[in-house]
Amino acid sequence: MEYIKKQVEEFDIGKRHLANMMGEDPENFTQEDIDRSIEYLFPSGLFEKKARPLMKHPDQVFPKQRAIQWGEDRRPFHFLFYTGKQSYYTLMHVSTAGSRKSPSSFQNASSPLLPPRVISYSDRHSLSASRWLKKEELEELLVENISIQDYNRFIQLMESLLSMPYCTIEEEFVLRYRQNLEAQSRKQAMPVLERDERGVAFSTADGRRKTSDSTVTLRDCGSGRITINGRDYLQYFPVLQDREQLMFPLQFMGMLGRFDLECTVSGGGRSSQAGALRLAISRGLLSFLSDGEMENMRQAGLLTPDPRVRERKKPGQKKARKKFTWKKR
Amino acid sequence: MALHRLSFRLRQTVTHVRSLHTSGCGQQQEATAVESEPEPFSVFRAQENDPACQSEKLIGQYYTLPPAHIKTVFPHGLPPRYQQQIKTFNEACMMVRSPALEVISYLKKTDFSKPAVRYIFYGMKGSGKTMSLCHAVHFCYTQGWLVLHIPDAHLWVKNCKELLPSSYNTSRFDQPLQATEWLRNFRITNEPLLSKIKTKQRYIWTKREFTEEGAALGELVDQGIARVKSSSDVVGAVIKELRLQSGQPESDFRMAVAVDGVNALWGRSTIKKEDKSSVDPEELTLVYNLRKLMKNDWRGFDSMDPFIPVSVPNYSEKEFESCYLYYMDRQWLQHPQSRTEEGKKEIIFLSNKNPSMMDRICAFL
Repeated sequence: MEYIKKQVEEFDIGKRHLANMMGEDPENFTQEDIDRSIEYLFPSGLFEKKARPLMKHPDQVFPKQRAIQWGEDRRPFHFLFYTGKQSYYTLMHVSTAGSRKSPSSFQNASSPLLPPRVISYSDRHSLSASRWLKKEELEELLVENISIQDYNRFIQLMESLLSMPYCTIEEEFVLRYRQNLEAQSRKQAMPVLERDERGVAFSTADGRRKTSDSTVTLRDCGSGRITINGRDYLQYFPVLQDREQLMFPLQFMGMLGRFDLECTVSGGGRSSQAGALRLAISRGLLSFLSDGEMENMRQAGLLTPDPRVRERKKPGQKKARKKFTWKKR
Repeated sequence: MALHRLSFRLRQTVTHVRSLHTSGCGQQQEATAVESEPEPFSVFRAQENDPACQSEKLIGQYYTLPPAHIKTVFPHGLPPRYQQQIKTFNEACMMVRSPALEVISYLKKTDFSKPAVRYIFYGMKGSGKTMSLCHAVHFCYTQGWLVLHIPDAHLWVKNCKELLPSSYNTSRFDQPLQATEWLRNFRITNEPLLSKIKTKQRYIWTKREFTEEGAALGELVDQGIARVKSSSDVVGAVIKELRLQSGQPESDFRMAVAVDGVNALWGRSTIKKEDKSSVDPEELTLVYNLRKLMKNDWRGFDSMDPFIPVSVPNYSEKEFESCYLYYMDRQWLQHPQSRTEEGKKEIIFLSNKNPSMMDRICAFL
C-alpha cells in the first residue's frame, strides 16, 4: 500500500514537471494533455499501442491487489474467506437474504388487499437503457476470478430479484451492477445542409470502401436523376446488383424520387465503388432526416463503413489463406 | 459506350426539314403521386391499329399488330426478346412512341420526285431503336410499299461460317448462307410486288443458267434461293434492279430500305481469311451492294450525309406508366411488392426508364 502511495505522489510531481516543461498550467493538466505531451516528447514508431511509452495514474497501471486478508493471529477477517471467492459469495448472500429488507416483508406490511405491482422492464427507463455487467467487469469489481457458471448464477439471481414485486426498492442496489448503454444516441458526424442560389437544399458527403473513394451531392430538387462521373448511372453500372446498392438508402427511407444525385467515384472495382457510393448517399441523407430515422439507418448498417480490406499475402503460403500443397512426406 | 445507329432510308425525300422533336425526357418532374388509375385498361390501348392513322395523341398507347402482318412483314425483323414476349402474351402489342411517329409523318409527306432522304434512329443501348424501326416498316407495308428490311447488319459481318470467293468479282467474298436467308425473307415480305416488277437486264449465273430481260423479280429471287452458290450475286442484282427502277417516274411502287445496325457496314469485321488476315467489310459482296444502295463513296460514315437523325430516348413518365399498366394487365408482374407504389418507384429507379432494362427487371418479378 505504501508503495502505491509513493507511486501516486511521484506521479503527481511528474505531472507538474511535465506541465511546466510543456509550458501549460500545472493545475489543470488532464490525462489527455499528458498523453499528448508524452507522444510529442517520446515519438515511437511501434505498431502495438501498448508497447509505447505510457504515463498514467498508478491506479490504472497497477492491477488491483488484495491487502492481506488475515491478521497477526492468522485468522482471516472475513467470515467467508475459506470459500475462496469471498467477495462473490458475500454479494450473492446480500442479494438473496442479506442486510436489506426483503420485498415480501413490504408486502405484508402494507395492506394485503393491494395486488403486488410487478414492474416490467418497459416501465423503467433506467433499466432499459443499461445492460448487465459483463463477466470481466464483474471480476474487476470484485477483484477476484469468477467462473462462467458463477457468473450465470449471479445474473440469474439479479433477474429473479427484478421479477419480484416491489423491486423498485432495490433498484439502486441493482443499478450498481448494470452498465449504461451509451450507444443509443451516439452522434454521427452529420454533413451540413446548405442551400444554393436557387434555394434548393443540398448536402455533400464522402464514402469509402476498400480503396474506392466517392463524393455525393444530394439535391432536393424532386427528380430521381443520378449522374456518376458525368455519366448516366445506367451506363456506369450495367449490373443490377450495383444499382440496387445505390437504391438501398433511398428506398429504406422512402425517398426514391425526391433527390438528384451528383456523384464522383474513383478507385477500386465495380462492387467497392457501389459500396462507397452507398455509404456516401446514406451519410448525405442524414442531414435531411430526424434523429429517430437516423437511428434506424444506423441499425440497418447503412452508416457503418465496411472495414474489410484485402488481406496481405503471407510468405510460405500461396495467397492470404491458401497454403501450398500439403505433402505427408 | 458506343452509340449504335440504325438507318432508315427512303427513295423519296421530304420537302421541308422539320425541327427535331425529342419526346420529353420525363426526368424533369417527380412522379407526383401518380396512382395506378382505376380506369379501364382500354385507356392505354390505342383504338387505331393502323399506323397510318395514328396521331400524336396516341403517344404512350399500345396498338396491336395483326398476326398475319407479323408473319409477312417481320419474318426476321423483330428483336428476339420481343418475339418471346409475343409468344408469351399471345399478341403483339407495340407502343406508339414519338420518334416512330415523327418518321412516319415525314414518310407521309415525302415528295417522290426528289432524291432519297435517310433517317437515322439513334440512342442509348436498349432505348427502343429497333422497335421504332419496325413500327415504321409496318407503316410502309400497310401503305403497300416495297420493303427492303435487313434485320441486323452485324450478323453479316460477324461469325460467318462460310466464305466463298465471288464468282462475279474475284477480289470479293460471298456469304451464301446469309444471302439465301435474306432472299427468302424478302420474298415472304414482298410477295405481291415481286411479280409486278420486271428485270431490265439479262443476268448470266453459270454457263447454263441465265435470267432473261423482262422476267419478274420473283423469278430472280427464286433463282437465288435455289442456287446457293450464287445467292450473294443475286442479292446484288436485285438491289441494282430496284435502285434503277424505283428512281424512275414511271414506276408505280415505292421502296423503303431499313437497315438495323448500319454502322456494321463501315466498322471492322471479325471474319478472317484462311491466312488469318481480317476481311474488310468492303470485300464482302453483300456489304458492297448494300453500300451502293446507301449511295456512298466508301469513305466511311460521313458519306451517309445528309441524313436526318431521330433520337430515341428512354421512356417518358407517361410511356413508363402505360408500359407498367400493360404488364399489370397481362399479369406479368407477379411479385406483390411490384404492384405497389413503392415497387413502381423502385422499378423506375433501377431501370432509369430504359425500355430494355425495364423489360429485363420485370421479367423476373
